[in-house]
Amino acid sequence: MVLQAIAFYVFAAVTIGAAAMVVTSRNPVYSVLFLILAFFNAAALFVLIGAEFIAMILVIVYVGAVAVLFLFVVMMLDINLARIREGFLRYLPVGALIGIVLAAEILFGVGVLGSAPGTVKTLSRAGAQVLSVENTRAIGRVLYTQYFYIFQAAGVVLLVAMIGAIVLTLRRRPGVRRQRVSEQLYRPKEQAISVVKVPTRGGV
Amino acid sequence: MDLAIKLIVFLPLVAAAIAGLFCRVIGDRPAQIVTCAALLIAAALSVLVFVRVGFGPEDGKFLVVRLFTWISSGTLDVSWSLRVDTLTAVMLIVVTGVSAMVHVYSVGYMADDPGIPRFMAYLSLFTFFMLMLVTSDNLVQLFFGWEGVGLASYLLIGFWYDRPSANAAAIKAFIVNRVGDFGFALGIFAVWMLTGSVNFSEIFAKAPEMAGAHFMFLGKSVSALETACLLLFVGAMGKSAQLGLHTWLPDAMEGPTPVSALIHAATMVTAGVFMVCRLSPLYELAPIASQVVTLVGAATAFFAATIGLTQFDIKRVIAYSTCSQLGYMFFAAGVGGYSAAMFHLMTHGFFKALLFLGAGSVITCLHHEQDMRKMGGVKEKAPQTFYLMWIGTLSLAGIGVPLVMSHGVGFAGFHSKDSILEAAFGAGSTVGFIAYWLGIAGAFMTAFYSARLMFMTFYGKYRGDHHTWEHAHESPPVMLAPLYVLAAGAVFAGVVAYNWFVGEDWESFWAHAIAVKATELIIHEAHATEVWVKVLPLIMGVSGIAVSYLYYVAAPNLPARTVAAFRPVYALFYNKWYFDELYDAVFVQPALAIGRVFWKKGDGAVIDGFGPDNIAARAQDMAGALSRFQSGYLYQYAFIMLLGVAALVTYFVVMAR
Amino acid sequence: MLAIGLGHYLFVAAIVFTFGVFGIFLNRKNVIVILMCVELMLLSVNINLVAFSVFQGNVVGQVFAMLVLTVAAAEAAIGLAILVAYFRVRGTIEVEDISAMKG
Repeated sequence: MVLQAIAFYVFAAVTIGAAAMVVTSRNPVYSVLFLILAFFNAAALFVLIGAEFIAMILVIVYVGAVAVLFLFVVMMLDINLARIREGFLRYLPVGALIGIVLAAEILFGVGVLGSAPGTVKTLSRAGAQVLSVENTRAIGRVLYTQYFYIFQAAGVVLLVAMIGAIVLTLRRRPGVRRQRVSEQLYRPKEQAISVVKVPTRGGV
Repeated sequence: MDLAIKLIVFLPLVAAAIAGLFCRVIGDRPAQIVTCAALLIAAALSVLVFVRVGFGPEDGKFLVVRLFTWISSGTLDVSWSLRVDTLTAVMLIVVTGVSAMVHVYSVGYMADDPGIPRFMAYLSLFTFFMLMLVTSDNLVQLFFGWEGVGLASYLLIGFWYDRPSANAAAIKAFIVNRVGDFGFALGIFAVWMLTGSVNFSEIFAKAPEMAGAHFMFLGKSVSALETACLLLFVGAMGKSAQLGLHTWLPDAMEGPTPVSALIHAATMVTAGVFMVCRLSPLYELAPIASQVVTLVGAATAFFAATIGLTQFDIKRVIAYSTCSQLGYMFFAAGVGGYSAAMFHLMTHGFFKALLFLGAGSVITCLHHEQDMRKMGGVKEKAPQTFYLMWIGTLSLAGIGVPLVMSHGVGFAGFHSKDSILEAAFGAGSTVGFIAYWLGIAGAFMTAFYSARLMFMTFYGKYRGDHHTWEHAHESPPVMLAPLYVLAAGAVFAGVVAYNWFVGEDWESFWAHAIAVKATELIIHEAHATEVWVKVLPLIMGVSGIAVSYLYYVAAPNLPARTVAAFRPVYALFYNKWYFDELYDAVFVQPALAIGRVFWKKGDGAVIDGFGPDNIAARAQDMAGALSRFQSGYLYQYAFIMLLGVAALVTYFVVMAR
Repeated sequence: MLAIGLGHYLFVAAIVFTFGVFGIFLNRKNVIVILMCVELMLLSVNINLVAFSVFQGNVVGQVFAMLVLTVAAAEAAIGLAILVAYFRVRGTIEVEDISAMKG
């Protein structure tokens, strides 16, 4: 019990700290790395709570794909270190106020939950599974049966995103020669070969 | 007869419509032919009506041709009807006759003008309105004709609309007339309140009962009928250019000369006299109003003559002469001599139109020169015009032989002017005597300046440009023929019509067209005055011509010496007694200033400032303020979105409570 | 304190979410940080969903968390593609230089 608590606090603190550093660090590469740290610690928190499948997916997808993508772009764009600009503090008071208000309201919602413990259990009977099944199997039982449509829709979303990314960034440089395979294959023989009668000892 | 009346009144309207609306289609010459033909037919028919009404059987002396109802509201019942009695018949002769002559004359005078059909249409339109005025059976229809002739006058004075002076003169005429019309309208309202009707027959029937009615005004009890008659006279003052509302008449000379002849000599300006004579039964019951009429008329007669002594523009001299002669007509009507006033109206129509058209002849002869100082010796170049204008001048000056053949023999003006002055003297009242002596003085001055006009224009050596002199010529026959016709009237109308108007036959001639009782009295008194009363006007006329001869032919340096001797008096007369300057300072400039204040401050600053301009400026301000939200910076947009989210969450949290 | 309950996880998620929100409008460096902050916010949502799912005993929350993951990945890809295209045209991704929508 105590170990769990300590683990939770450690992972939570690092997550929050990493999130803060993402926002405030000057070097964009550092920002990305701190983002990766935040993801890892969030995954650890998921493991603690018993949702290990989600935790692993988090690591594979978020860290392995999204964060790496961020890194690629940061490197490619060759961004200089940000200079300190004035005006940063202009928004700070109002922004801080708004942030505090927002956090307070979220926590207020939490407080409501805390005062009525029974309410949580009464929400949503759909997909309720026996907890003795491990996490992956439990998700699989629900995902491919009741939520199959949503699963396919997610696939379509990913497809569209892929096409979109390619369309936005693909460019053809002028002057670059590349193979046009279809043309090569469909070239008629008249263009490829010409038969020349060559007299003996004549040359072409 | 009914048909004749309707034709007389409506033919000019039809001709005006054809010439005016279809001028592009039919062209210049057909427009002239249509309008002249219509007017000549109307004139011929008017003679028929005159003979029938004036000398026909007793029952034919008064008829009403009802056309259709105009207003029928509660107790107010106004219909379009044509009333024909002797008074109307006399006016019909004058109006259609002079108008027909002016139409024919205009064919020659305006031959080079680009707007001939428009001019002829306006002339015919004016004639229609004037005819509506004289044949009206009720005050409202009379007012319709009254306003209509004012409109036609405006259109015709400003006929050459590319001249700013003409436009200004037209507006001045219309506005000064409007002041009079305001009084006239109030008078109509007062009459209706008193008698419950605007129809002439009904008014005359009810008026004697209402003679004693009074109302409270500023704490004093005032006679209602007197007030009504005074108000109606204010309208007449405006239309007939009497003292006070006279400033428009000289400026009206900006219009073409035929217009001056028709409108400002024979017809429109006599509408006031006609109105007073038509309402003679009312004026008989309002002695104070009649005295006012007499005084104003006499003052005008004197005043206008003094100005006419000094003017150099040939048309202005004749215009002031008209103003003066109208004063004579009014003071005759004021003392009760309505038939004398109408007599003078008729003869004046002839000789004044003759003078104007003759002046127009001279003007075209000298290629549009109007200043008499640049004329002289024109009798060699235009002899017929010369003789005809002398006829007009002698008629105006009142030259004749008195006491011969019971009431003398002479030109038309002699008879009519003498009958007016006899009536004024014979009335025996104070105002009558004042009017008589002012009229005598006016007669002297009239003769003087009329002869002055003749001497300066036709005699002596030509003082103008030689090039013009070489091209000067007599007018074409189309312009001379109307002059001959009018000259015949100026010579013979007096002798012929004397008995009908103011002689033995007047009662059978006039019947009940004008107030009988007073007229009877006046005419007897007029005939009973002493000999010197009758002869004095003639002496004034002859001496006026003689003195004028002295000044302008015999001793030409006399005018300059007289002017030098009486310089302030001369300045007063020459500057029209400073009436224009006075009105400008008292009325025009303040009105313009008030208008400017309302325009710039009221309309501009307040209404526009708080209204459209303000809204536009505020819209711009708001747009500017709102556009600062769209800075283009993503983080600001995100921040605003965050604010919105926080607000929504707060709202829902509060609601959940 | 020692018994870790639902509230603790929700608290963590709230804090991370707030940092993400802050980062969007407080950053003056470049646009990539904005995208990273969006990822942070999505992460916090995931924490919330999984925590609720476990404490309710209902696996729907985790299914939904997977979907959120999917969409987050897709959105990150598109966002970065747009950024790359923008960089090619403008040559800069400084936040204060991006004001072409100024009205």
